[in-house]
Amino acid sequence: MKAGYVKRFSPVERLLHWVNAAGFLFLLVTGLILYLPRLSMLVSRRQLIQSIHFWGGVGWLCALAVVVLLGGRRLLATARELDSFDGDDLRWLRGRKVPQGRFNAGQKINAILTAAFAILFGVSGLLLWFGEQDTRYRFASTVILHDGLMYISLFLLVGHLYLTLIHPATRHSLRGMTLGTVRGEWATRHHAKWNSE
Amino acid sequence: MDAPPVTEHDPEQPRRYGRRLFLATVLGGVSSLYWGKAAWDHVTGVVSPVASAVAPGILPSGGWRIYTISGHMPVFDPATWRLKIGGLVEQPLSLSYDELRALPRVHQVSTFHCVTGWTVDNVHWGGVRLKDVLDHARPQASGHALRFVSMEVPYVDYLTMPQASQHDVMLAYEMDGKPLPQEHGAPVRLIIPEMYGYKNVKWLEGIDVVPRAGNGYWENLGYDRDAWVGRSNGYGT
Repeated sequence: MKAGYVKRFSPVERLLHWVNAAGFLFLLVTGLILYLPRLSMLVSRRQLIQSIHFWGGVGWLCALAVVVLLGGRRLLATARELDSFDGDDLRWLRGRKVPQGRFNAGQKINAILTAAFAILFGVSGLLLWFGEQDTRYRFASTVILHDGLMYISLFLLVGHLYLTLIHPATRHSLRGMTLGTVRGEWATRHHAKWNSE
Repeated sequence: MDAPPVTEHDPEQPRRYGRRLFLATVLGGVSSLYWGKAAWDHVTGVVSPVASAVAPGILPSGGWRIYTISGHMPVFDPATWRLKIGGLVEQPLSLSYDELRALPRVHQVSTFHCVTGWTVDNVHWGGVRLKDVLDHARPQASGHALRFVSMEVPYVDYLTMPQASQHDVMLAYEMDGKPLPQEHGAPVRLIIPEMYGYKNVKWLEGIDVVPRAGNGYWENLGYDRDAWVGRSNGYGT
């Protein structure tokens, strides 16, 4: 077992996380102004907010793509970790207390859904934007998909914030995503298969 | 080497479930472009009454979204607002809010469809029949269409006379039993349930009888002039 602090997230992993987080929050705020009647009335400049939201979304996806290219092989290794579910992961998902790797099975699913949602947000957002100008891009369900993704993402975000800011057993993990390191004994308790040697 | 053969279903062997979940989510999401609305309508039938009770006016309860095209939402001032009916008419009119409300009052329950895909069922509208207003102005025979002018400049839209003569076309100054709220077009908006919302001009201040229909605000941006619900703008064709 390693004493002191151990490195959990590399700089490029943290960069990817925070670029995604900043973009998501910006789009959430501008999106809610477009979506919630009370906020729409308060701000009222719909055309402007719509442009800001759209170009913010384009910028967010481009920034993510740049970080992914920058990360290259290092992020590919991270993706392999997220891809792989062993017997303990499946048992963990059934509520059993079993040792977990650097990511537990819940974190893997959260990361995978977040990545898939980024693509779906992008696809539905582009369809909304171009659908306003051309019926070939217009589907009756585009707005439902975009909104539905927002609802599910918001639910995931609330859970994520609770675990990372409030829940006493897990909130130490925030240090891993800010400074990159976590306490060795904490890592062993929560991620035994990763920090056990 | 006598290594035991790896069994096909060794539960301890790491499996690549991550990529399957990723692909299933992306494909499920993209395919929902075809089934999402039907599923959503099913869910909101259950959720929406609860949402309206818990957070009225905060959540987009009932499914309304507020669309504007300009920087500022028009403000209704009863002292200065007039509904002007002009163009090719024998008797141009300028109706105050009270004069409009003094005309024979009608109620109807109809469903509001937005071209972007959302729908609000069973909206209770109160107001006057468009026909009753027009009869006072007496359109000339050469007038074959109506131009509806919003206080939200430069929003206008048109209906042909046959479209405007449908039995359930109205000028609504009440919605769900209350005066029409600002965000829904106070003091009065056009209601034509058979057509998408962009034809249902909000913040109405003028109706002109014109020789023929032209392009309204959204039609200039590529939307259909004849905005029949389910039969225009790429739907059902």
